[in-house]
Amino acid sequence: MRKGVMRPGHVQIRVLDLEEALVHYRDRLGLIEVGRDDHNRAYLKAWTEIDRFSVVLRQAEEPGMDFMGFKVTGPDVLQQRKQELIDYGCVVETIPAGELDGCGERVRFDSPTGHFFELYAEKEQTGKWGISERNPEAWPEALKGMRATRFDHCLLYGEDIDGTSALLQQVLGFQLSEQVLDRDNGDLRVAAFLACSMKAHDVALVRHPENGKFHHASFYLETWSDVLRAADLISMHDIPLDIGPTRHGLTHGQTIYFFDPSGNRNEVFTGGDYTYPDHPVVTWDAEQLGKAIFYHHRQLNENFLGVVT
Amino acid sequence: MKYSISVLGEDERFSCNADQHLLQGMQAYRIGMPMLRLIPVGCRGGGCGVCRVRIVSGDYEASKMSRKHVTEQEQAEGIALACRVYPSSDLEIELAPRVQVEKNSE
Ligand code: FES
Ligand SMILES: [Fe+2]
Repeated sequence: MRKGVMRPGHVQIRVLDLEEALVHYRDRLGLIEVGRDDHNRAYLKAWTEIDRFSVVLRQAEEPGMDFMGFKVTGPDVLQQRKQELIDYGCVVETIPAGELDGCGERVRFDSPTGHFFELYAEKEQTGKWGISERNPEAWPEALKGMRATRFDHCLLYGEDIDGTSALLQQVLGFQLSEQVLDRDNGDLRVAAFLACSMKAHDVALVRHPENGKFHHASFYLETWSDVLRAADLISMHDIPLDIGPTRHGLTHGQTIYFFDPSGNRNEVFTGGDYTYPDHPVVTWDAEQLGKAIFYHHRQLNENFLGVVT
Repeated sequence: MKYSISVLGEDERFSCNADQHLLQGMQAYRIGMPMLRLIPVGCRGGGCGVCRVRIVSGDYEASKMSRKHVTEQEQAEGIALACRVYPSSDLEIELAPRVQVEKNSE
């Protein structure tokens, strides 16, 4: 049952060098730089997003993810979910409006996999970038690089993915859309894909011995030929490639993975499945993991599995 | 300027330019030979830690790397992430892994 959690609204990513990271996220991914603050942070958004920002880069000594935020439908829902998170036993912190430029009050909570998530109800709405609200054209001509259209989801690594899944499902109304089960291990859940919307996933979790790890932040492109064009740009600019272009078995998205200059993984993808509330969970067997992850190669890649920040 | 890099316990060595990091040198094309896999390759951005090595001898420049994988003190003792190391002389290195992945990158 949905509980007023609408979409992934932002992710704060730690980078080793802010200027280098900006060149990557702005000029290569094609996000729009919208501002800076005095905490060494830069704010960006993808052009189709109506809110002021979705990606925050923070210069730090170790890369990784600080937190991922979800937007809820309104202030009442925010207060209700906050109380339920406290009752559920989460450590909940309220962050005042304005701590992130243009964002309202945020409710931050921890999770069994060691990741921090946030909810918020309000963020300054600046509208889609580069096109008018009335009689909008198809796309703005001034876009750069891969022309990412939206921040789509994150994949996070940690030990107790069942714990974090339960939290997201029970308190925040996420739906388990896909999973990977290990038959040789009593159907141990190895991966969980969760949706708060109609998308194939809004956040995904993979079982991993170390908590709080960041596997990738993903951005949506319009077409498969945009994914191939992203691959061209990756070569043109000598960006470390992880894998792709290829298709996933899980969620069936068409995808390519690469790294930002601090070693955080990014994905750009298109297509893929969708999730209605009455959809049964799609299950892959762990013994088919090669095909589940890389539908064409059908071979596991230790780097994709083991390299995280 | 090209320098020769050797990895402790391995017979094969590779050459690396002063403006290349060690993994770039290692992965360079060699006629009729498979690509070298002496050091594991991950993010190539100083973030994931899989390429952690100790420089046994030689001079090098190191660019900023994750403090989670190499503390300031470790860096002073010659620990580094190979993807952030640019040689300025011949180097002898040894693997110093803390994050384990197999050496099978593309
Ligand atoms: S390859 Fe990731 S730190 Fe060097
Ligand atoms: Fe993804």
